[in-house]
Amino acid sequence: MAFLVIRMKIIPVWFFVGLLLAIYGVLILSSGLIEWSNPGAVVLARLHAPVWWGALLALIGIAYCIVYRPR
Amino acid sequence: MISLHRVDLAIIAIYFLAVLAIGLYLKRFARSGEDFFLAGREMTAWVAGLSFVSANLGSLELLGWAGSAYQYGILAAHWYWIGAIPAMVFLGIVMMPFYYISKTHSVPGYLQLRYGPAASALSAASFAVMTILMSGVNMYAMAVVMKVMLGWNIHLSIWISSLTVGIYVAAGGLYSAIFNEVLQFFLIWLGALLIPILGLIETGGWNGMVARIQTNFPGQDFTHLWSALGHFQDNPMGMHWTGIVFGLGAVLSMGYWTTDFLVVQRVLAARDLRSAKLAPLIGAFFKMAVPLIVILPGLLGLAVLPEHLFPESAIQPGQHSYNEVLPLMLARYCGPGLLGLGVTALVAGFMAGMAGNVSAFATVWTYDIYRPFLRRRATDAHYVRMGRWCTAAGLLVSVATAYVAMGFASIMDYVQALFSFFIAPLFGTVILGMTWKRVTAAGGFYGLLAGTLSSIAMFFAVKLDPRALALIALSPHAKALAEDMYRALWSCLIGVLVTVAVSLATRPKPDGELAGLVYGLTNVPREGGIQWFRRPAFWALAVLAILAVLQWLFW
Repeated sequence: MAFLVIRMKIIPVWFFVGLLLAIYGVLILSSGLIEWSNPGAVVLARLHAPVWWGALLALIGIAYCIVYRPR
Repeated sequence: MISLHRVDLAIIAIYFLAVLAIGLYLKRFARSGEDFFLAGREMTAWVAGLSFVSANLGSLELLGWAGSAYQYGILAAHWYWIGAIPAMVFLGIVMMPFYYISKTHSVPGYLQLRYGPAASALSAASFAVMTILMSGVNMYAMAVVMKVMLGWNIHLSIWISSLTVGIYVAAGGLYSAIFNEVLQFFLIWLGALLIPILGLIETGGWNGMVARIQTNFPGQDFTHLWSALGHFQDNPMGMHWTGIVFGLGAVLSMGYWTTDFLVVQRVLAARDLRSAKLAPLIGAFFKMAVPLIVILPGLLGLAVLPEHLFPESAIQPGQHSYNEVLPLMLARYCGPGLLGLGVTALVAGFMAGMAGNVSAFATVWTYDIYRPFLRRRATDAHYVRMGRWCTAAGLLVSVATAYVAMGFASIMDYVQALFSFFIAPLFGTVILGMTWKRVTAAGGFYGLLAGTLSSIAMFFAVKLDPRALALIALSPHAKALAEDMYRALWSCLIGVLVTVAVSLATRPKPDGELAGLVYGLTNVPREGGIQWFRRPAFWALAVLAILAVLQWLFW
């Protein structure tokens, strides 16, 4: 995947993307778990979207961080 | 009004800190003019492609087109499909070799090489004014959304976001703008994609959504792309298919996607010609998917929102406007955390849009106005300093424009119209210059001038006497968007006719001076040694095939 890297000495933008998504994923997942038994007053709250969407963000973010970490 | 929790505020604050940190980190790489204004011309096709499509995916775009989808139905998707994809393919396959091989830094820069200083100066000055005006109006629109949605102070929103953008663009130049556009791309998709997913679950899929819309709005067709375009009065947009195909598809979108420097600058930052050709095609794949997060939420709003929305000019206290459909849908499905992500996506879209405008303004001012007309011979470091100062000055003028915009309820209409005055005629001038060596400098200048002036004249003719609409848009039933399409078509044709007439009466440049600028006199590297699936032409065909399938599916 070297063609995705902008320049060796610049940290690839994908790493920053991964870092931000990982942080957001953890925050949203935690928020969803905290209010699991008392979800917010939104439509389809029973689906617990913050939990699975937060987990998805965290997974994508961590994968990007690992693959594009500064070397 | 939506109330944010601590986790939402933390998500927004982290975004601001992240973009500032990235901007300051990138400062060390933006040393030369090539670095600051063109990100060192070393972006990969993927980065340039995502940045290319993100530069057009600002908050105004998201909120505005979601609102248009609520107002006009799926017809709004024409601006993402026929109104974007053929033009992106044309840019990648036909025009990019000329921009890239001529090593120009901007579209006015190409006009300078092809037509000389007069056409270039006209184009650069118009672009600089329009860009700053757009940046300011974007800024104001976003501050209004933040006030309506979150109750934030309008002045605080304007100044905090402007200062943040100013710091990171002045530090890293186009590097910062592009990095933030890629970040914004992910935030917008991941912040908005939940709306269509949860919306379709609530309505029971596409068919359930269509059934609900028909119940809520009986007798109106919101879910067909082409079948209601046979007559102006058959669809909520007051549009005819000729306006979509010729005005939008053949002129306005071609003009925007191939000559608006705000988007073309991203592709010029690509590291080689193949990457520059692939970048608009990568962007086209994502552009085709954007209706999923913009148009579909608008349609879902028609299906599930308990109240009807109204035009901005007609809302009463307690009612909501079309433009609020996306925030309303966000609040409908997203609780703490997800709401913060959605608001951050809107803020990111707004700030990336502003950064794009300001970085393009800095480049055009420094390279196309300041260097040729004010200070011809200075060091590269001097021009980089000028670019940084220009970024700050551009932002201050944008802020001033935002305050001016507060005084005009309908300024967006005027700004959109002003933008179209310039874009449609410019496309005629650029494409003639690239494809016909007989076009002369005088032809290019007078054609551009005639096209722009005729567009302005048509705009004011309709304002002064609405009966002129029947003449310009070919029907008294045409509405504002249809008028824009036909005005673009006529102004482009007038520009082309004047360019041809003046060129035939004046002396052309010798062939030797047009090498690298005109078709037939430019040695475009062949791609014979590249595998078929790596060739831009293959991906161009794939994009067009998917576009055709989408038209058939939603006919």
